Amino acid sequence: MLSEIAFYGALETGLIYGLVAFGIYLSFRVLDFPDLTVDGSFPLGAAVAAVLIISGWNPWLATGMAVLAGMAAGAVTAILNVKLNILNLLASILTMIALYSVNLRIMGRPNLALLTEDTVLTPWYDIEFLEFHQVSVVLFAIVVAISLILLWRFMKSETGLAMRATGANARMARAQGIATGGMIIFGVALSNGLVGLAGALFAQSQGAADVTMGVGVIVIGLASLIGGEAVITPSSVMRALIACVIGAIIYRLAIAFALNADVLGLQAQDLNLITAVLVTLAIVLPGVRTNLTNRFSRKKA
Amino acid sequence: MAKKTLRTLLGASLLAAASLVQAEDTRVVAITQIVEHPALDAAHQGVKDELAEHGYIDGENLRLMHESAQGNSAIATQIARKFVGESPDVIVAIATPSAQTVAAAARKTPVVFSAVTDPVAAKLVKSWEAPGANITGVSDMLPIEKHIDLLQRVLPDAKRIGTVYNPGEANAVALIELLEERLAARGLELVKGAATKTSEVLGAARSLVGKADAIYLTTDNTVISAAEAVVSVGERSDIPVFAADTATVARGAVAALGFDYYKHGRQTGAMVVRILEGAETATMPVETMEELDLFVNPAAGERMGITLSEDVIKDAKEVVNSDK
Repeated sequence: MLSEIAFYGALETGLIYGLVAFGIYLSFRVLDFPDLTVDGSFPLGAAVAAVLIISGWNPWLATGMAVLAGMAAGAVTAILNVKLNILNLLASILTMIALYSVNLRIMGRPNLALLTEDTVLTPWYDIEFLEFHQVSVVLFAIVVAISLILLWRFMKSETGLAMRATGANARMARAQGIATGGMIIFGVALSNGLVGLAGALFAQSQGAADVTMGVGVIVIGLASLIGGEAVITPSSVMRALIACVIGAIIYRLAIAFALNADVLGLQAQDLNLITAVLVTLAIVLPGVRTNLTNRFSRKKA
Repeated sequence: MAKKTLRTLLGASLLAAASLVQAEDTRVVAITQIVEHPALDAAHQGVKDELAEHGYIDGENLRLMHESAQGNSAIATQIARKFVGESPDVIVAIATPSAQTVAAAARKTPVVFSAVTDPVAAKLVKSWEAPGANITGVSDMLPIEKHIDLLQRVLPDAKRIGTVYNPGEANAVALIELLEERLAARGLELVKGAATKTSEVLGAARSLVGKADAIYLTTDNTVISAAEAVVSVGERSDIPVFAADTATVARGAVAALGFDYYKHGRQTGAMVVRILEGAETATMPVETMEELDLFVNPAAGERMGITLSEDVIKDAKEVVNSDK
């Protein structure tokens, strides 16, 4: 049904989108900040990493710079919101469209190829016991695991708790002496730093950075987040983060199966529609369930 | 140890599967396309028709797979992995992003790209002449030399060639640099007018009046969207306007030597057929469009102060007479 290479391909893309889902978890869930910057910060990470790698930088350093670039983009969105009082959604849309031009400037052209460059993956190809198509999966799993542990520890730290308080109830948080504006700026920056990291890794594994590669990242990240939460109840930070990764991998496996399910008449063309339907259902269904339970319990009472 | 056995087993079963396919004499061709778009769809259709013409019929002796990523690069990556995993005889990749994702995933499977402007810059091949690995294809690079030939055939005395382009469009800038170099080689001068938006095209075209003997437009998206503005300047100031694509001729350009993407696909299909019949990608040079169609618009010529000669009109595949 699913070939080994297609399966590893789904895992690899799923792991990368797991990082995107971490970022979206931070902005949407922790900070309650609907942030569309990611459609721009994903290709931004790719662009920065690609340009630096081509000019001879160490690919890990280049990837690190991509994270910083993503953080800067997130900070711009948050500052537009916090300091200039622009509605959060609009602020993120502004940064997103600006990033399209910025990314073109950074790359100098719409597409930068990395096919013949040394990337973070290159040294791993020589490892005896790993097949070509397994390399990126193993490496990205390590990156995701490290990010997960760091994020988890951060969320349990004092700053992390302050950030969660900011998202949960900003007024109360301010009353407790938390600088909520700073928390939002730092949180959205961190979120987009993770997305920039995902973009940088994605460009290196697919062989090119392209200005159009950010299209739909937000929707797929959300689908991963919501899908993961449906499978693993996010009752703790650790569980929520694991749900992000699992959700992203499930989404990718679903696509891999859809690509193979010629029998069902499903094709790649239908995927955007299916994604939209799934996200809508995942958002609406819990509400419907609560409504039904409420009505039921009211009748009982 | 166990892993090695597993791999051998897997390899053996794959081999068995491959020989099974061989026995049935079914060839497998997989086509991946970054997005649906009239030009790219035409290329896809061309590949299919060319295969059919050479006796490779989908469902009979050929299994043809086709997927579009709908402009989503993560899905393009997964399509590439899916195709590589099924080890078809040839993977056809339409447009640069698709070709790059396949190139990143395929180590040995032969890959033929289509609608890629500069495969060397896209790092798909080492050189145009000798790709050197498992990838080759057909480029949709403009045949600049032939366009200059046409220009000189119609206007032998033109020395200063004007153009309007968008400095923010990477492909356009690359074409302009190439054009400038090729014109200089023939002792001609390129006069440039820059327009970053369609609304600036008229002003940029006007800036060429008095400085250019003819105007030549590349396939710059911004400028072609506002081609009428350039045509109106050409008509008012008697500067003949030439285009790189045939569609602009009906919109008032004097002449264009262009190609259509269906034929581009047919040429791609022809390369696929050669590979199916045993050719090696590494030694197959990247091809550019051989078959070009001349479109002329004598009425537009009259309005721009020139009369197209009978033999140019005779060579045209299509004679358009737009009236104002």
